[in-house]
Amino acid sequence: MNGPQDLGGQMGFGPVAPEKDEPLFHADWERRALGLTIAAGAMGHWNIDESRHARESLHPADYYSSTYYEIWIKALEILLERHGFVSVQELKEGHSLGKGTEPKRVLKAENVAAVLAKGGPCDRPVAAPPRFKVGDRVRTHNFSPQTHTRLPRYARGKSGRIEAVRDGFVFPDTNAHGKGENPQYVYTVVFPATEIWGDEADPTLTVSIDAWENYLEPA
Amino acid sequence: MPHNHDDHHHDNELDPMAARVRALETILTQKGLVDPLAIDAIVETYETKVGPRNGAKVVAKAWVDPEYADWLKRDATEAIASLSYTGRQGEHMQAVFNTPDTHNLVVCTLCSCYPWSVLGLPPVWYKSPPYRSKAVIDPRGVLGEFDLILPATTNIRVWDSTAELRYLVVPMRPAGTEGLSEGQLADLVTRDSMIGTGLALAPGAA
Repeated sequence: MNGPQDLGGQMGFGPVAPEKDEPLFHADWERRALGLTIAAGAMGHWNIDESRHARESLHPADYYSSTYYEIWIKALEILLERHGFVSVQELKEGHSLGKGTEPKRVLKAENVAAVLAKGGPCDRPVAAPPRFKVGDRVRTHNFSPQTHTRLPRYARGKSGRIEAVRDGFVFPDTNAHGKGENPQYVYTVVFPATEIWGDEADPTLTVSIDAWENYLEPA
Repeated sequence: MPHNHDDHHHDNELDPMAARVRALETILTQKGLVDPLAIDAIVETYETKVGPRNGAKVVAKAWVDPEYADWLKRDATEAIASLSYTGRQGEHMQAVFNTPDTHNLVVCTLCSCYPWSVLGLPPVWYKSPPYRSKAVIDPRGVLGEFDLILPATTNIRVWDSTAELRYLVVPMRPAGTEGLSEGQLADLVTRDSMIGTGLALAPGAA
């Protein structure tokens, strides 16, 4: 979706302003937000693509005025409610009002190290051979789905070159919406900045994205 | 008599986000959906075990061991796993090497993808709109904000992590470090140098 998350090339956000000796967390609630997000995700009722889509579906004004941990928490509430774990009334009152969805599993402290060390690999076997090879010229699709996609706006309808053929990966555009993993090859596609930003762009700049096969056609 | 603003402040009052997160944790704990001790363990992992020192050790090893550097280039996931750095947001790694001709910079324009297994949790600026918007269109301007001015002839390569690959920049080894041990070299490798918004430190500057 053309949501607030799709930031590449947008202007007007001001300086990056790196913070010197930045602490890992800026408030204690950020620690709990991190832990809650991971622990709730570990129940196994939604995937990373659905999470990302919940975050980017926040109203743009809300998204842009929230810190990243705020975005996480707001999206987590939406996911928990969508999957029947909490109700709006419970969120309002701040305590449980009864049972909701039965979780597939609950992350216990003694399993945290193993679960974090394992992660959640998203590579999957793909039966067919890759459609493209290193060096091929490709053009990215130009589309504007209402649904989740990982092809940023700035890189749509652009000509580039395949620099690397990656493994097959879960396709976020369907996986975010419960429509299956549909794994496809991912390719690193590199574009000269002039192709993306126009003739005035820095001639020394190239930008790459990692694109699923469905995003590409031969150029 | 006018109130002093401070009169309204009570130390035991939670700000809105603190209250909201505490409410959510309370509900989920009461329902048996999360274990507060698991949350503690997650936080402790990223506060004490998983951080940019992991990545610095990978880079220092690549500097002193050409075979390891070659492995890191070909299969970063396995080469990094050989040092026991694995897991969440490091499942699919790619190392990109700076050279005298090309400087690499990593961004996630769509969210906040970051190689947690080697760098830990991302800084706020990495996740914020100014960096995410500007890195792909004006990387030299971004680098200037980090006081990094590269020659106009240096090629800049920006990697937008739009899929599940996570990128680790391997900065160039600083001059004058021939006699240093791997551990001393690792001290020169900053977090920012592994994102591309910095360079490795000169010896004596660590």
